This record gives sequence, C-alpha cells and structure tokens, in this order.
Amino acid sequence: MGVDKIDIKELAIELLIPLLAIIFSFIIGAIIVYTFGYDPIETYAALLQGAFGNLNRFADTLLAATPLIFTGLAVAFAFRCGLFNIGGEGQLLVGGLAAAWVGTFDGLSVVVHVPLAVLAAAIAGAIWIAIPAVLKAFLGVHEVITTIMMNYIAYAMVAYLSLKVLANPGEIKTPPIEASAYLWRFSNILDIRSYMNLGFILALLVLLFIYYLLWKTTIGYEIRAVGINPDAAEYGGISAPKNIILAMLISGALAGLGGAERTLGLYHYYIQGFSPGYGFTGIAVALLGRNHPFGILLAGILFGALSNGRTFMNMAAGVPIDLVNIIQAIIIFFVAADLIFRQFIPNKSEGGVA
Amino acid sequence: MEILTQIFSLETLSSTLRMATPLAIAAIGGLYSERSGIINIALEGLMLAGAFIAVVVSYFTGIPWLGLLGALVFGGLFAMIHAVVSIKYHADQVVSGVAINMLAAGGTVFMLNIIFNTSGTSESVNALPYWGPFKPTVYIGLLVVFIAHYVLFKTPFGLRVRSVGEHPHAADSVGIDVEKIRYICVGISGILAGLAGAHLSLGVLDSFREGMTAGRGFIALAAMIFGKWTPFGALGASLLFGFSQAVQIRLQGLGIPTEFVQMIPYIFTIIALAGVIGKSTPPTAIGEPFEKGKR
Repeated sequence: MGVDKIDIKELAIELLIPLLAIIFSFIIGAIIVYTFGYDPIETYAALLQGAFGNLNRFADTLLAATPLIFTGLAVAFAFRCGLFNIGGEGQLLVGGLAAAWVGTFDGLSVVVHVPLAVLAAAIAGAIWIAIPAVLKAFLGVHEVITTIMMNYIAYAMVAYLSLKVLANPGEIKTPPIEASAYLWRFSNILDIRSYMNLGFILALLVLLFIYYLLWKTTIGYEIRAVGINPDAAEYGGISAPKNIILAMLISGALAGLGGAERTLGLYHYYIQGFSPGYGFTGIAVALLGRNHPFGILLAGILFGALSNGRTFMNMAAGVPIDLVNIIQAIIIFFVAADLIFRQFIPNKSEGGVA
Repeated sequence: MEILTQIFSLETLSSTLRMATPLAIAAIGGLYSERSGIINIALEGLMLAGAFIAVVVSYFTGIPWLGLLGALVFGGLFAMIHAVVSIKYHADQVVSGVAINMLAAGGTVFMLNIIFNTSGTSESVNALPYWGPFKPTVYIGLLVVFIAHYVLFKTPFGLRVRSVGEHPHAADSVGIDVEKIRYICVGISGILAGLAGAHLSLGVLDSFREGMTAGRGFIALAAMIFGKWTPFGALGASLLFGFSQAVQIRLQGLGIPTEFVQMIPYIFTIIALAGVIGKSTPPTAIGEPFEKGKR
C-alpha cells in the first residue's frame, strides 16, 4: 500500500477499531462497577452529565482535553516517523516550567509576552528530547528507554528548579506570572466559571498545522517515509538521522506546549505535581486517534470528558473516580491489541497474515 | 573525612541493601522477560499491584506470609495480560506496558476506596517479621539473583530463553516452543515484580500507599539495562542505585541537592546506553512479535 493511497476498507477498519475499543472498555467498566454494587447506568449517566451537562461543564471538558491534544499530537508525530516518544510527561513539565518562568518577566506587552512564553515552552520541550533524539539518530539507542529516563530526570529537575530556585521559600508553587502572559479565558465573554482558555484554540491551530505539515509538505513526506522504512528512505535520498531528529524535536515541542497551556492559561504559576500524567494519557490519545490529528482531537475530547466528568460521577453515583483510569487503560489494551478485533474481519487479500 | 565515614557507615550499608532489594528483584524480573524478547516496562505497575495485594491478603487473613504469596500469584497473573496482549495479539509491547502501569495505578486506588474507604493510605496490617537485621525479602532477593544467573546461564531452559530472545526463528526451527517460553518468562517477571512490591508494603512498611512504588519499577528497568541484561550486573547496578538513595539525605548536608542525587540512576543508564562506558545492548529480537513461518 502506498503512502497516500486511501483504501476504503482499511479506512473503515481504522474507524471501527477505536469505536469497538471504546465500547468494549465501557462494557468491562460497567461489569466492574456492577461487581462492586454500583449501578452502571447511573454511573455512566453521571459521567456524561458531569462532562457535558451544561455549557460550563462542556468548557471544562475542552479545558481538560487541551493538554491531552498536545501530548497526543506529540506521541503521534513521533509515531509517524517510526519513533515512540514516551517522554511527553517530562517534556510537558519542563515546558510548563519554562513558560511559568518567562511569564514572570515584567514590562512586556501581551502580543510579545504570550508568544514568548509559549515559544519558551516549545523550546524547553524540544531541548528535553534532544539527547534521546541524537542518541537514536546516530547510535540507534532505543528512544523508549532514553525518553523514560528523561522523564525521571525531569521530575527531579523541575522539582529542584521550581521549589528551590524559582519559588519563594516555603512555597510549593512559583511566583505568579504577569497578567501580560495570561492566555485569554472564555469566561471573559461567556457566562461560565470554566478556566477554558485560548490554549484550546492554539491546540486546534497546531493540530491543523501538524496535519498540513505531515501530508502537504516535503518535510512531512520525508518524515513519514522514514517512519515507514528508514532504509528505503535513505536509498531514496532521504536522510534518516536528520528526519529522526527533526521529528523528535517537533514532538518534544508539542508536548512542551501542553505545559504552557497549563501554566499560562489554567494556573498562572507552576505548581509541583500539576500533571496527573498528561504525557502518558497522550499515548492513549494518540493510539485511539490512530495517530491522525483529527482522530486525536476526538480522542482528546473523549479523555478530557472522562477526566472532567469523573468528579460528578463520584458525587452522584458514589463510584471512585479512578474507574476512569481503569477504563482508559482498557481502551489502550484493545487499541494496541487490535488483532483481537481484526481476527473477526474476513481478510481476502492473498497470503495476508492479519 | 567525617562525612566519608558517615557515608560508608554500617547503617548506610544496611540501608543500601534494603533500598537495593526491590530494585534487584524487579530488575531480575525484567531480565527474564527481556531475555526472552518481551519488553517489560510494566514492572512499575506489576510492583504496585503486588504491593497492594500483599497488604489486602494480610489484612483479611492476618498472615503476612500469605500476603507475600498473594503478591507472587497475582503478579504472575497480572503479567499474563501483558503476555497475552504482546505474544498472542502482537500488540506493541511498550504500549501494553504503559497500559499495565495505568491499570495498576487506577485499579489499586479504586480498590483502596472499595476495601479501605480511602484514596491515601490503607490500614496497618501485619508485616513480615525480621530475620536478624533484615526482613526475609532481602535474603530472598539475593537468592533470586543467584538463581537467575544459574537458570539463565547453566540450564537448558536458560539456553532456550536466551535463544528465543536472540533468534526466535532459529529456536523455532530446532523445536523450541517460542511462545511458551515467552509466556513463562513474562509470568516469572510478574511473580518477581510482585515480590518486589510485597517487600515495599510488607517488608519496609506495613501498609499500602497510593503510588507507593514511586518510580522504583523504572529504576529497576534502569538497573537491568545498566547491568547489561545480566543478573549480577543488575544486582551491582541495584546496589549502586540503592546506595545513591541511601546517602542522598547525607549528601544534602554537603550542599548537594537531593534532586540531583535522584537523577543518578537515569543519567547513568543513558550514559551506558550511549556506550560511553561499554555499550549496553539489548537482546536482538526484543520487541518483535513472533510469527511462525515468517522471514
């Protein structure tokens, strides 16, 4: 199959598998809920209501989806080049911290300050993946291990910088950023309490840009070619090391942007432990979205809805909020092991081993 | 001079051994799995689940040894999800590992709510007794390392494991059941990770805390890599990383922030992978699903 050829049947399967994964995961979730004496229908109704029940909750769902769209894009972009960036968490943290630091600069106008702080986050994210990128491109060191290691180095590094360098003694958060670095909030014009902010719009723009970059430019073509077969790409005159480094730096920058949205849009400071694992959930978002920007948008909103609706679910139905994490994990299993579904789809192509 | 005698005191050395124990046990678990060709970044989640089950069983029975046994059994069963998804359904092994970790993190807190009605720390339960200066798990851990060396390098089974991890098709052609060996190895890795978790919850403490493994599964992974996928290498790396944990408080007195000491295992591992101090190379067939008759 060619790089750009659209196969209708394959496309249908691509759409069907995530859908089946979601359905089966929710069924298993219902069984778990029922086993422990709760009402599954009441649980899911509450989850839905908590996520989309009114305009404010809907905005909160999009707010929760925003960092996941960024980390999902980060994972997917690397995937497209055949790389697994499991270090989105660390890149997001250093990005968030960089934005929080630049955000405290005073005397800048909004039109300069916001882009500068956002850019700082992207650069920090890219820097955080640079070592794994170079090691992968030139020495073939597996990026999964190095990006995991960089996550843990990031945890320690941001703890040190935020608590012992930037924060005032005794504080667990950095000094508040200047108002000129705030990402504009929708509550300024809409009657909502949600902190949903321009970061979501930025996520949509970045998403479109990534789509354009991957499928409409030579850069994207080369990155995908290396992803499909690095040796063949090299034979065709495309440098694998160059594209591996480029794809990983962009991937890191995308995750860094997710951190910027949290500090510039939601918190207005950097607080230790603010990420509940956005980088890891991003892996789930990318997989469920089939590594495609538009799929990631939908998957990001689904996961945002789960994380936003769970508090209401807990209040209304009494189910522990962590049910949501269990469902997320099961979704990943089903999407990753899509052979479970594919084995039931008749395969007419000759000699095909599923 | 005074600080050096403090650092190398008997107390630090014994605390090094305590810190190194869960790392070494889980690292050996990872070793079995990866030597057979299955990436196992799920050690963290398997440990967490083991730590939880150990406390739950001890809570209901009052017998910590049954808790330990429960952790082993459940660790092995839980790892079977990773095995089936990776081996039978050819899923990306890294993705499956991520999902196991997520499932363990979510599942333990979910059950903590159901059983103990809290999201934080479980009730105190009967913990393992001391055997001399240490908990039994410390001695068991050392034993696990020596047994792993013997099994992997001195027995026909170990030869099969290594051949399956290096050249599964060659192994298959001489009649070795590649998938069966891999199931066994992933199962062993779950059992050992469960043991490592039980050491934390019933050996070091007497209760379960949310997320109590705190990245130790990944340090174990680092120890396995830094130890070049060998049992004694993993033990040495675990002792080194355990030592760095044991002295971090004292080093802070010297003006070295604890955060920098915490980075050491990860930085060392990246350096080892880069080949600066003798390249660390994974088993050849790692991460590749085995398809009979292909290639």
